Amino acid sequence: MSHRHHHHHHHDHDHHHDNRYSDMEARVKALETVLTEKGLIDPAAIDAIVETYETKVGPRNGARVVAKAWADAAFADWLSRDATAAIASLGYTGRQGEHMRAVFNRPGVHNLVVCTLCSCYPWAVLGLPPVWYKAPAYRSRAVMDPRGVLIEFGVTLPEETAVRVWDSTAELRYLVVPERPAGTEGWSEERLADLVTRDSMIGTGLALSPEGRA
Amino acid sequence: MSACETVSPLAQSPGLPKSAEGDPVFAEPWHATAFALTVHLHQKGLFTWGEWAESLSSQVKASHRAQDGSDYFEAWVEALSSLLAQKGLAEAETLLALQKSWQRAAEATPHGSPIRLENDPQRGHA
Repeated sequence: MSHRHHHHHHHDHDHHHDNRYSDMEARVKALETVLTEKGLIDPAAIDAIVETYETKVGPRNGARVVAKAWADAAFADWLSRDATAAIASLGYTGRQGEHMRAVFNRPGVHNLVVCTLCSCYPWAVLGLPPVWYKAPAYRSRAVMDPRGVLIEFGVTLPEETAVRVWDSTAELRYLVVPERPAGTEGWSEERLADLVTRDSMIGTGLALSPEGRA
Repeated sequence: MSACETVSPLAQSPGLPKSAEGDPVFAEPWHATAFALTVHLHQKGLFTWGEWAESLSSQVKASHRAQDGSDYFEAWVEALSSLLAQKGLAEAETLLALQKSWQRAAEATPHGSPIRLENDPQRGHA
């Protein structure tokens, strides 16, 4: 089924129970609350530990998806029409009921992904979310002032470039396909994947240039 | 803050899913949070490696656990909860009440706002 996406900051309201913690998610929040109230843990220390591991753990599956889309036009077309199936064809699947949509950067259009509520994040393709992604400041500001947020991440876009903000939900998660850097003609998918950073797939960064890799 | 690169002995916990490089693999963010909480409490000396290993192993071996290990982190969280209860650091009832409170708070939070415990409509304003 073909479906064209002209909408902008679109949000479906027919999903159910977006605002929900599973028993286990809520149990872990409860542990954090009790231990913080008793002064037994420092939440910043917990974040630091998670960060140590998330940088080591990131499976980089998403980078392979993007590299394949750059190198293979038929795959890119499939990815734009049915990202869930195209990504699953590479063996990367998330939890049951999780749908993916790929949004493509192109000249004049930059995409940025945020979840303003529950840090929905495509774990299967991007690994663990960075700590800043879950911070209330990022979540609210990305919607109100996406250009300001991008500048803080070191991304300055031309004035005429439109910024589209995509709000993830529990059931629909986004993957940004950054623009393919110039000077990479004829590169293998493996080499291309090295240029795809995690941030470029969230939209808070761009793909690395070939020189940036050297 | 510089990240602490010392690998915690808890990374050697029996049954912990690992990548080819030997790092722990988390399928969902709460797995990583549960792991980090445990590493942090152990670093602070609130329990020993032996106490942790014993608590974890009794949960992992419990008869209701999945054969394929898919509920490993549920066992991990139960192990941590029961160890904290034994030490008198967090009572099971308190944890359960807070768990329900977080769930009500999540449901009561409109899309677009961060979920906070204060959003639980049944939470007292003490």
